[in-house]
Amino acid sequence: MIEFVIVGTLVIGLCVFLGISFVYMERKVAAFMQIRLGPNRVGPKGLLQAVADVLKLLLKEGITPQASDKFLFNLAPFIVMMVAMLVLAPIPFAKGLLMYDINIGVFYISAVSSISVIGILMAGWASNSKYSLLGAMRSGAQIVSYELSAGLSIIVIVALAGSMSMNDIVESQRTGWWIFKGHIPAIIAFVIFIIAGTAELNRAPFDMAEAESELTAGFHTEYTGMRFAMFFLAEYVNMFTVCAIGATLFLGGWMPFHVSNFEGFNHIMDFIPPIVWFFGKTFFLIFVIMWFRWTFPRLRIDQLLTLEWKYLMPVSLANMILVAIIVIMEWHF
Amino acid sequence: MYLPLCPLPFYILHFMRYLAMYIGTILRALNSLRKGMKLTGYYFSHHKEIVTQQYPENRKEMFIGDRFRGEVVLTHDENNEHKCTGCSACEIACPNGTIRIISKFEIDPETQKKKKAIDEFVYHLGMCTFCNLCILSCPTDAIIMSKDFEHSTYDRKPLTKILNKPGSKLMKGVE
Repeated sequence: MIEFVIVGTLVIGLCVFLGISFVYMERKVAAFMQIRLGPNRVGPKGLLQAVADVLKLLLKEGITPQASDKFLFNLAPFIVMMVAMLVLAPIPFAKGLLMYDINIGVFYISAVSSISVIGILMAGWASNSKYSLLGAMRSGAQIVSYELSAGLSIIVIVALAGSMSMNDIVESQRTGWWIFKGHIPAIIAFVIFIIAGTAELNRAPFDMAEAESELTAGFHTEYTGMRFAMFFLAEYVNMFTVCAIGATLFLGGWMPFHVSNFEGFNHIMDFIPPIVWFFGKTFFLIFVIMWFRWTFPRLRIDQLLTLEWKYLMPVSLANMILVAIIVIMEWHF
Repeated sequence: MYLPLCPLPFYILHFMRYLAMYIGTILRALNSLRKGMKLTGYYFSHHKEIVTQQYPENRKEMFIGDRFRGEVVLTHDENNEHKCTGCSACEIACPNGTIRIISKFEIDPETQKKKKAIDEFVYHLGMCTFCNLCILSCPTDAIIMSKDFEHSTYDRKPLTKILNKPGSKLMKGVE
């Protein structure tokens, strides 16, 4: 019981910390890529800007629209937030440092993460606003379709590692990360996973669900104050989870970078604690996703579905067959 | 995918050609994405040239482009003379009644004739949309857009301005 309380507190603390640091990181990365300065007024180098924003959101009035479905309207942000926290459970942060070690970790993640669609649809429907509903429907279509190729690219690693447990997958990368060991299929799967992950996060260039220019703010148009902050936070926590899963599956989780038969180098790498490795890889992937956001233009909804059903899906299916052949023939290291 | 009626080897050939086209599309797309990311990555890693200006600190050396439209001013030279003849072309050109020209007739000291001149050039800054039509319509180029943009006040009274300075008169030779 005490364990639950401690873990729960830690998870909430981690989520808030991640939310605040990602908002700051996002704004700085955006500014640097657009030859700007970014936040630099509140605190040294603008570090306290995100904290000030959170304080502002806390003090704002939480408005519930009169024509909305009150119960669902208030429930939706909690569901989205809850799903974002649940997905954190089977991710190994370091050796033995994970909340819930189940033998179907990967499956659990892809199953639970699809619940967030319900929260988003709930928010869109309960708001009783055309923007919200359109945004929610788009988001639903997007998440449901991109989940397929994300799942298929995860299966590639499951096939290579021979296990669904996150711990075993990390352990199988002791001799080398899957992106190096898995030949070309692993690289293709990694690229597909990053693209599909970005789409599942509803982030630009796949932010059809929000699409400010046409839908004001998508499914959270009607939300204010802390309930809006919940959606916002859930979005950033989801970004962390997707990147953490990507880092665990393809980049070896908390495993240090080893070059085989190069003992001196390997020893130096072992000195860096595993948790630093894990967060380093995760933050690298987050940076890549932010890089996408500030480089690529937004896709139209038909282009978005074309990309999934005509390109990512067939490619990942072919890739999966290729990996199956490699695993059966035992061509991988 | 278009499949013509033909023997099997042709089918295979056709399929291979289609597949090559498909993979080519993907590779070209990836290459164009790489190009875009290279540019933003370059900006990210070479963080020297900044387009942002730190506004309240750089009030003195702030750069403002020549085409910036701050507010309408009536230019006066050192003899307190302006070029406004009071033709009210600007007043007519203004889409939302920002400018109001009150003219008077004064007697020319040389020819003893009555002549039209401006009494007050009233400019309601609060209603101005900075469309530049008054400046374009002015036949004598008497008014210009200044670069001053710090117009905020707690009261809207200061926003109604009289542009001609007290005691100013029409420049010689401007009709």
